[in-house]
Amino acid sequence: MSERLSAAFAKNRAALVTFVTCGDPSAEQTPAVLDALVEAGADVIELGMPFTDPMADGPAIQAGGIRALTNGMTLRKTLAIAADFRNRHPETPLILMGYLNPLLSYGDGFAADAVKAGVDGCIIVDLPPEEDEELGPAFRKAGLHFIRLATPTTDEDRLPAVLNGASGFLYYVSVAGVTGTASAATADVGAAVARIKRETDLPVAVGFGIRTPEQAAAIARVADGVVVGSAIVDLVGENPSDPAPAVFKYVQSLSEAVKSAT
Amino acid sequence: MTTKSLRAGPDERGHFGQFGGRYVAETLMPLILELEREYRRAQADPEFEREFHHLLHHYVGRPSPLYFAERMTDAIGGAKIYLKRDELNHTGAHKINNCIGQILLARRMGKTRIIAETGAGQHGVATATVCARFGLPCTVFMGAEDMRRQQPNVFRMKLLGADVRGVTSGRGTLKDAMNEALRDWVANVADTYYLIGTSAGPHPYPELVRDFQSVIGKEAREQIQSMEGKLPDMLVAAIGGGSNAIGLFHPFLDDASVRMIGVEAAGKGLDGREHAASLTGGRPGVLHGNKTYLLQDEDGQITEGHSISAGLDYPGIGPEHSWLHEIGRIDYRSATDQQALDAFQFLCRTEGIIPALEPAHALHVVRDIAEGMTKDQIIIANLCGRGDKDIFTVADALGVEL
Repeated sequence: MSERLSAAFAKNRAALVTFVTCGDPSAEQTPAVLDALVEAGADVIELGMPFTDPMADGPAIQAGGIRALTNGMTLRKTLAIAADFRNRHPETPLILMGYLNPLLSYGDGFAADAVKAGVDGCIIVDLPPEEDEELGPAFRKAGLHFIRLATPTTDEDRLPAVLNGASGFLYYVSVAGVTGTASAATADVGAAVARIKRETDLPVAVGFGIRTPEQAAAIARVADGVVVGSAIVDLVGENPSDPAPAVFKYVQSLSEAVKSAT
Repeated sequence: MTTKSLRAGPDERGHFGQFGGRYVAETLMPLILELEREYRRAQADPEFEREFHHLLHHYVGRPSPLYFAERMTDAIGGAKIYLKRDELNHTGAHKINNCIGQILLARRMGKTRIIAETGAGQHGVATATVCARFGLPCTVFMGAEDMRRQQPNVFRMKLLGADVRGVTSGRGTLKDAMNEALRDWVANVADTYYLIGTSAGPHPYPELVRDFQSVIGKEAREQIQSMEGKLPDMLVAAIGGGSNAIGLFHPFLDDASVRMIGVEAAGKGLDGREHAASLTGGRPGVLHGNKTYLLQDEDGQITEGHSISAGLDYPGIGPEHSWLHEIGRIDYRSATDQQALDAFQFLCRTEGIIPALEPAHALHVVRDIAEGMTKDQIIIANLCGRGDKDIFTVADALGVEL
């Protein structure tokens, strides 16, 4: 497996993980948006694979997905954009995030093709450990990290099942809800992260509902990574003709907050 | 070696062959595992069974009649046609059978708020009904486009005290309503029960909805044996998600002499994209928590179904049907909007029964096959809903202004 992810989490501070939807608002603009994320200080990039029925996502990421699909984004084009990113940025870890059906539709070659495109791992929202055999063995064979999600409903009895087969990092979903809506109390997040870290050596990144530099700094103090998605996707939606500058400015403010959070 | 029963599924992981399963976000996984545990406890509890049947009898009005459609039989001139009259149930469709079962489960689990999705509004009305009956707050998600098409059912739900939320995401139809219900459930995990309306979704929903709807087939089996002294030759039912069909078919699956036809909505024709025939025009994929046949494009994006019947207008189908299709136990066919409209009018005039547009699809296939069968053969068709809700749609299709 690639070492890019472990390197990104090995710094002496929390990693900033940023999400954008591939092809939002169009395939032509995604490379510039990705470059802006890296230049602004993002440590890990999550690239969303748009899907017609994103049942765990709130309005912002739903809208981003619709913009991307309307403008013709596909999984094949997403992999091409990933490969292109990897050529420009050999060091920055790149994660694909989305739903299972487009991957099933792509077929057995997905894991190998993703690795070839320089992708480090995947988060598949609707593939719980119970259905791991759908992709897990293929991912491990190809050397693609399978990044699992833990949530406030994942109790201690269940956590080992979630961790079994997980690699790269663990994504802690800090609120029971969809993306981009409610925010969790930092104290609750800290307790949950501590509980998870007793069971695993994987880095734990926390996401859902983090919007402001202050929130990012607070989470950075209690977790190994801070994930911001909907707020960036909103900025892309508000600046459709040239989203990169607004994204750069905002992510820079997050990065500074995370770096100074000690 | 004995032949394995076709009624034994799903396996302990909720799979029917390669179909079914539990493809949900981690937040929901503990909830559906708890639902499964509670359902197993309920199955082992005679009191649950007693209460379910008590309500089906006294509140829903079961058993529904098995009616010999004599004039329809004569008009076609072939097999004897029986109609399972589930349109006579309280609320006018088979949907209430499942709602009674699930509301009892929700109460056992101590849930205090019910959510549901609805397409045509029949499941929404049935859910609002049982929520009123048990004094539980009810939120129904309904596509904005469906709300426009089904105003009377929207008003019924409101009369029954439900909060009807219009869904504008996607195209504002049933699949989008289901997405929105899942999003609500993820955000309200502690107190909320999701009362799914068809035999689809993550395990154990396809199993428990089938079990509650199987009252249709169990009754029909007893009724036909007492009326005719033998089993039927053919069962026919319409399929959207497939709950009325699996309810009729399941008790007969091991009776090799009983043939079965499930009828999907061919909309404006299977050659185009405006249909809702997942088995005929789709391929396996994962949506709404289960693996099943889906209407999708070459990139795995879900496409919208179309049918004149809002209740069949769903791009997927229950996973057990996908399995029964693949093993060849059930024959799946389709009927177009026009064929359903013709069968709708035919039943009105031959039997004095206004069917819903959903079973009108099944009646088209009955008309098609009965003629080629002999007079001593028997067909049972599931008349799963009444047509009051559809009169505006039908008037519109016939060019009549009301």
